[in-house]
Amino acid sequence: MDANLTVFIILAIVAIGSALGMLFNRNAVYSALFLILNFATVAVFYIILGAPFVAMTQVTVYAGAIMVLFLFVIMLLGAEELKGISEVRDRQFWPAVIFGVLLLAEIVTVVFLKDTVFQAITQMEEFGTPAAIGTTLFNDYLLPFEVVAFLLLAAMVGAIVISRRVRQKPEKDEG
Amino acid sequence: MVAIEFYVGLSAILFTIGALGVLTRRNAIIIFMSIELMLNSANLLFVAFARTFTDLGGQIFVFFVMTVAAAEVAVGLALIVAVFRTKQTINIDEASSLKG
Repeated sequence: MDANLTVFIILAIVAIGSALGMLFNRNAVYSALFLILNFATVAVFYIILGAPFVAMTQVTVYAGAIMVLFLFVIMLLGAEELKGISEVRDRQFWPAVIFGVLLLAEIVTVVFLKDTVFQAITQMEEFGTPAAIGTTLFNDYLLPFEVVAFLLLAAMVGAIVISRRVRQKPEKDEG
Repeated sequence: MVAIEFYVGLSAILFTIGALGVLTRRNAIIIFMSIELMLNSANLLFVAFARTFTDLGGQIFVFFVMTVAAAEVAVGLALIVAVFRTKQTINIDEASSLKG
């Protein structure tokens, strides 16, 4: 068997297994750790696909910052498990499975049964390096970059405002 | 190199697992993690097609998706904290006050 295909299959098994672990684990902390494993596996895929800078960003932003935020909130709220109630919505479980299988079948049908021309993936030097990414980002995608900066600012302000504890104002006119 | 079809298949499977997580779990934090999984499978597809067509635009869009995901997580977790303060639970079935 092709060595590349072997690597792909092993990584795919890890990715799908960790995603299923995230889905079926009862404890939210373990789910988050499984998701980190999944993100790390996808980062390896990015390296294979010639996107080293995206892979670094995946590890630092997703597996690092975002998942630390998740774990922090889980432990802050003490919400590892829901107390006194089953974690899975029993009535909704089998309909959800059926719709999930339908969704998968639909994606596979749309992608694979049309006459789409897929080329073999080519190898290229100097593709996806930080320098190439930076050149494209700041030349062709400058406006979206600036818009995203405003989005981040808005999200930061929004997160602070929403999670702020509302204090009762002391009565000033009491004498 | 591995053909693009394998990446499309893997991405479809990961997306479906994420959708199942949103539909079947009660814990709001796990629902959020499932949404992250779905965004991540879309990112994998972006990078795979960027490599196929040797177009860097796909990799750039992964950055934008990551930015939106980070913003969404920050606001969403703040919302979960706010809901927890008022209801003392993050069971999303309890967060139905708007239903009347």
